[in-house]
Amino acid sequence: MKLRNLTALAATTALCAPMAFAADMADEMTIVSWGGAYSNSQIKAYSEPYAEKTGVTIINDESSAEAVAKLRAMNEAGNVTWDVVDVVAADAMRLCDEGLAMEIDPDEHLAAAPDGTSAEDDFGDLLVSDCFIPQIVYSTTFGYRTDLVGDTPPSKICDVFDLEAYPGKRALEKRPINNMEWALLCDGVAKDDVYDVLETEEGQEQALAKLDTIKDSVIWWSAGADTPQLLADGEVVMGSTYNGRLFSVIEEQDQPVAMLWDAQVFDLDGWIIPAGLSDERKARALDYIYFATDTQRLADQAKYISYGPARASSAPLVGKHAELGIDMAPHMPTDPNNAQNTFLYNYEFWADYRDDIDAKFQAWLAK
Amino acid sequence: MSDTTQSGPVLSADGTPLKRSLARALRMQKVRALMLIAPLLIFILLTFILPIADMLFRSVENRIVSDTLSETVVTLRDWDSVNGEAPEEAVYESLYYDLFVAAEAKEHTKLGTRLNYEQTGISSLFRSSGRKLDDIGEDHVKAMEKAGGGALKDEALWFEIITGGASGAGNTALLEAQRTKMAQLTGEDFSADIGFVPGAEFSDLFPRTAMAYTDFALFTAVLDEDVVAEEDPWETVFVAFAQEVQVPGGAEKLAAYTGPGAAELTAAAEALADLEPVSFKASFLDLDEDWGDVGNWRTIQTYSPTYTSGYFLNSIDMQKGVDGAEARPENQQIYITLFKRTMFMSLVITGSCIVLGYPVAWILANLPTRSANLLMILVLLPFWTSLLVRTSAWKVMLQQQGVINDVLVWLGLVADDARLVMINNQFGTIVAMTHILLPFMILPMYSVMQTINPTYLRAAKSLGATNWTAFWRVYFPQSVPGIGAGSILVFILSIGYYITPEIVGGTKGVFISNRIAYHISSSLNWGLAAALGTILLAVVLLLYWAYDKIVGIDNVKLG
Repeated sequence: MKLRNLTALAATTALCAPMAFAADMADEMTIVSWGGAYSNSQIKAYSEPYAEKTGVTIINDESSAEAVAKLRAMNEAGNVTWDVVDVVAADAMRLCDEGLAMEIDPDEHLAAAPDGTSAEDDFGDLLVSDCFIPQIVYSTTFGYRTDLVGDTPPSKICDVFDLEAYPGKRALEKRPINNMEWALLCDGVAKDDVYDVLETEEGQEQALAKLDTIKDSVIWWSAGADTPQLLADGEVVMGSTYNGRLFSVIEEQDQPVAMLWDAQVFDLDGWIIPAGLSDERKARALDYIYFATDTQRLADQAKYISYGPARASSAPLVGKHAELGIDMAPHMPTDPNNAQNTFLYNYEFWADYRDDIDAKFQAWLAK
Repeated sequence: MSDTTQSGPVLSADGTPLKRSLARALRMQKVRALMLIAPLLIFILLTFILPIADMLFRSVENRIVSDTLSETVVTLRDWDSVNGEAPEEAVYESLYYDLFVAAEAKEHTKLGTRLNYEQTGISSLFRSSGRKLDDIGEDHVKAMEKAGGGALKDEALWFEIITGGASGAGNTALLEAQRTKMAQLTGEDFSADIGFVPGAEFSDLFPRTAMAYTDFALFTAVLDEDVVAEEDPWETVFVAFAQEVQVPGGAEKLAAYTGPGAAELTAAAEALADLEPVSFKASFLDLDEDWGDVGNWRTIQTYSPTYTSGYFLNSIDMQKGVDGAEARPENQQIYITLFKRTMFMSLVITGSCIVLGYPVAWILANLPTRSANLLMILVLLPFWTSLLVRTSAWKVMLQQQGVINDVLVWLGLVADDARLVMINNQFGTIVAMTHILLPFMILPMYSVMQTINPTYLRAAKSLGATNWTAFWRVYFPQSVPGIGAGSILVFILSIGYYITPEIVGGTKGVFISNRIAYHISSSLNWGLAAALGTILLAVVLLLYWAYDKIVGIDNVKLG
């Protein structure tokens, strides 16, 4: 009798412990990301260790490409079903502006670096919006077919615009961002002046005129997987895409493709927490973010994909690829050899000019 | 019918007029029929009609400007936008108070995004100004806080002052007005009792200050769920008081004031004596010189009404100018081109579906059942394959290093360095979409052709008609309803097609729906997307109506 009572008591405490825990934080969460190799790296580096540590059930959604529109619709319907969302910095800014993402205080909500540097200093300039927790630095840059470019492979961004030396098709993204900047750079505008020039009507005309010189040789892509495919098929001799995609074509699929790092455009990807979550879900989301963006976790992600961790303190911890066993550091866009000439994407500028320049760009494309 | 020939109305067995009892019986029947379809009707209404109506309504709705800048749009109404000068002080004053509340509620960036669709640069103007609003009247606030040993730093004293203490009469009209304003701004419910009513005496003397404090009180009590008397008032309260006491006659008003905190307020007013009165216009120009830009103000003024035709004008390559609608600059004109292209390509696709589908449907209808069934499966097989797979397959077929080009090069028909460009252009879109939509053409044609009696053809031939005459004069006219049904299906489907043109269309083969998708998911300009969608819907309905007039919808048979 007594024994049975004891076991019953033990069983109740065992049951109650996680129950008490669940009262503070939701025990299920939905994480939204981009899918493919990128989501995989996040699941391996963040979600699996986190689930193991806390016992939370994690649902993965692959809707990041439509995250802004979907969050707006969810917010209007008053039923936000996502807990943590992976978006690019420009989208995070939009979400923050629309009041759809929660503001984050880095020092309160994020882990400090192992050496005690505060999160705010560790992320530094990369905290581009009040709602955004940076995760990786990626770059949009060019890859080219080593067997189709002759004896002198392209080494400068302006080789993209040189149809004589490098005949053949190029793949460019079907939007003005990045293309306009590269066009101006190759039309003699100094790097620091690019956005000042692009602000003016004449500057926009100038960029489009430069793009016009190669328009007939361009295949315009809209999904990140397009350029790797076009390169692998030999449809294009060079094309822009995200550096991680090129890494997987070159190293994992062993295609005759090489990187052209010149004037790579740095951009950021990271987390936001939707506004208007219940207290339990918010607590869970914040707990996940705290865990997933600490120094070690960010460095771990680089084992699976060649994107640079957003924390300064993570860089020295980047190791080898989990399967190929090659050093990942030389494949990072932030590696000093690759980052000799980089271009910094101007978020404020594009937040303002995106609609205007996009209208002109699309009208130009349709001509 | 023939009532006039009879002495009275025809009666049924129970004595009621036959007409009435017939009507009752019919009504019963109608109600029963309606009840039977009610589940479907309600389902369609709730999940289809209403959401679409809501979406289309966004094409004219423009509440956000007047909800966010409720006072500014009123003061800006009299501003003459043509003379090329920035508005007067009063407009900037309204802007300050509107923008401050909006920034607290984080609504100003939404408005910035909205107005940025019309005028480039407003988005960052609102975002950065929202952050720096505290700079306006900063010296005045500091001076007042220091005055009288920091008496005005006491949040409880402010509460006393504005409410007029326990005895004073309350100004409920002001409270209600601000409730409505805040509810419009945030979309939240502000009707709860907040334990605060502005005092009548103070709000008569210093209406602006009382208004600013009421906004603060509502915000604190309803949104932050804090106790008003325990929170520091916003800077706007200080700035408003400074403004009101420094205008001519302000000092006299203060002297007349006898309510709580009169001494502290007087001390604060004395501390302000060294400072120039707050100039909102100069302060805003200090924050950002773009506040002096006439274009920005013109945009705010043009888009201040609750409903706007702006989105519709945008979607036909026009814009709202100073004197009404005007054409957009040529380098931004795109939608008319896209509408025309969508129409043209949909027609070409429908045409090629007819040309390719007709013989197939004819063979299907005239083969023995066994082999017809086999062929039918071949027609339907691609129908069961994912759309994306089929589209991607066309990419593999048509690209320059693709199957067709490889075969042509191998046969020596095409030189290796002059491979045909068959994708990322209109040709690619037409080929892929014709293939994808072909079953929609073949199936209705097939079911109509099946019903055509083969003896008619034999009869025609036995009467001396050639093969062609027999087909053209006898068989073809009977198969027209099938063509009509197939054409309507294919045309309406293709006009709204999105994913295939996106993948194989390149730049010249994309449809208007690709732009709609862009505005829904990327630029978030849902108003413009709704306007484009409404126009597309109207065009389809118009064409349907024209079709009905010309061909007659009764002649369409789906089977």
